[in-house]
Amino acid sequence: MDEEYDVIVLGTGLTECILSGLLSVEGKKVLHMDRNDYYGGDSASLNLTQLYRKFRLDQAPPTELGRDRDYAVDLIPKFIIASGELTKILVHTDVTRYLEFKQIAGSFVYREGKISKVPSTEMEAVRSPLMGLFEKRRAKKFFEFLQNWRDEDPATHQGLNLDIDTMKTVYATFGLEPGTQDFIGHAMALYLDDDYINEPARQTYQRIVLYTSSMARYGKSPYIYPLYGLGELPQAFARLSAIYGGTYMLDKPIDEIVTDDDGKFVGVRSGSETVKAKQVIGDPSYFGAASERGKLRVVEDGKVIRAICILKHPIPGTEDADSVQIIIPQNQVNRRHDIYIAMVSSTHNVCAKDVYVAIVSTIVETSRPEQEILPGLQLLGPIYEKFVSVSPIYTPISDGTADNIFVTRSYDATSHFETVVEDVHDVWKRVIGKDLVLKKREVEIGQ
Amino acid sequence: MSKQFQFKLVLLGESAVGKSSLVLRFVKGQFDDYRESTIGAAFLTQTVNLEDGTTVKFEIWDTAGQERYKSLAPMYYRNANCAVVVYDITQSASLEKARNWIRELQRQADPSIVIALCGNKSDLAARRQVTQEEAQKYAQEEGLMWAETSAKSGEGVTDIFTRIAKKLPTTAPPASRSGPGRAGTTAGRTGVDLNKQQRSITSGDQCNC
Repeated sequence: MDEEYDVIVLGTGLTECILSGLLSVEGKKVLHMDRNDYYGGDSASLNLTQLYRKFRLDQAPPTELGRDRDYAVDLIPKFIIASGELTKILVHTDVTRYLEFKQIAGSFVYREGKISKVPSTEMEAVRSPLMGLFEKRRAKKFFEFLQNWRDEDPATHQGLNLDIDTMKTVYATFGLEPGTQDFIGHAMALYLDDDYINEPARQTYQRIVLYTSSMARYGKSPYIYPLYGLGELPQAFARLSAIYGGTYMLDKPIDEIVTDDDGKFVGVRSGSETVKAKQVIGDPSYFGAASERGKLRVVEDGKVIRAICILKHPIPGTEDADSVQIIIPQNQVNRRHDIYIAMVSSTHNVCAKDVYVAIVSTIVETSRPEQEILPGLQLLGPIYEKFVSVSPIYTPISDGTADNIFVTRSYDATSHFETVVEDVHDVWKRVIGKDLVLKKREVEIGQ
Repeated sequence: MSKQFQFKLVLLGESAVGKSSLVLRFVKGQFDDYRESTIGAAFLTQTVNLEDGTTVKFEIWDTAGQERYKSLAPMYYRNANCAVVVYDITQSASLEKARNWIRELQRQADPSIVIALCGNKSDLAARRQVTQEEAQKYAQEEGLMWAETSAKSGEGVTDIFTRIAKKLPTTAPPASRSGPGRAGTTAGRTGVDLNKQQRSITSGDQCNC
């Protein structure tokens, strides 16, 4: 460990692994360390032993759950949007060659006590109980408006300006009912709360376009998911980094972020060794989060509750789907933030046959978070085992350019990886000083 | 009609025993005395044609140095059909490390995996620390294939890969016969192909192995 590096990366969560992969490809000398003996940090997928070690210290996994190695239980529930930013990075870096993806079978939305499928085809839309006949006509006009919109052609604007008019105005223009607005804003634009309604409509427009183009890409839902769990994603990017010369050290306690008299980054101390580098990037847990020691470089910005539920059956009302997302829009249960359910199963090689793993999550609003996710838990039917965590979301207090210490964000409550990629772009710009441009990787393949 | 199989082969062994050199000799017929760790190769591929007309294509994964600090990801072993565990015949400690890797494989990899123990640097027999008898005995006890090779002279290299190729199609479970789950190609995949849309535009690199 007496070498000097360009960048030390702490924590092998997805954000950090994408960054070290891209930095290594860029030619930076990267040392990547993790205090755990497994890859993935907060975005890891755990086998049964690891899962019980984390949540049930003195309890062994029940034998009836099957083989340990069959499990890869995600800690953070997220899916990949088929046409989203993570897909772009996966393809551009060629990391797809280490991974295999499957579709998420369906997307459902909760309305007036029951769940309905988010229509994925026109036929499904016509039959959907989500809207009455007249409302369907109004919604059709709304979607045609979005589909036909061309920035340069005022004839397609119908008197609206997406950069000025709020979504509220757009909804009003088409006379859409509150229930339909809930469906569009939460199940399609994937907003977690209703703040977007009073914002200019442009972002909502872009989110709906992303949703529908992702839906059109593979057919069943807008989401894809890696076989063997989300934990494969950081591993794949770590391999990319290693192939480009990145050095990996797991199971390495990080004892101190060493700085000079001006507070600038010098190196990282583990035991009696200190490794030097020009810059350090790491997840919040390495920079004072949840600890009294050392300098605090992050602040808490809300909490997320996540309940990992092991089921012995598919979720009722989902046509026995092997994987689903269910969104409970906040208005439906008198909350400020939506409740999400993400479920995967043995189809995705994340658990034994006939086992289903559902994660219910939301942003915490009260002092009794477990109470808040009840509407979600109640949709699951009998729950075989439940692991609940309440995690603070940390954000860095400075951009890192002054002291060369760059802290990533905690994983938020969104159902996808778009904000993770935003963070990657953001950190990259601060570390490198210019925008991240994705280039097609030149791959050396022997014949 | 001739049969075609594709298999994922992973390399294991202590740093500097010649894992990459061995593969480079097998795939490209080259040897470089002062070769540094592999940079930029996701994996290499090489096809072996057997006498009965069967074609076996190996997709060969290098550790990319991740073995150095015990940081090899589970992904590495995932769906591996075969493993070549390399030691250096001039370093007895490297055989000890090879034993550890074999234990790790038996724990983590698919139970049907074909494992070959490979004593490299046979051209340096004068400095031998590991006897053939010792290694062979261990391989027999564990049910492994065994060979000595020299990536430098090429001795025994093609032979061991051919022996693996012969052993594979008859022992691997049917599911992996059409290709490993994690092949870089679309063939044999059951899931969605992310590259499909983009690739059709950029073309050129469509065939990556």
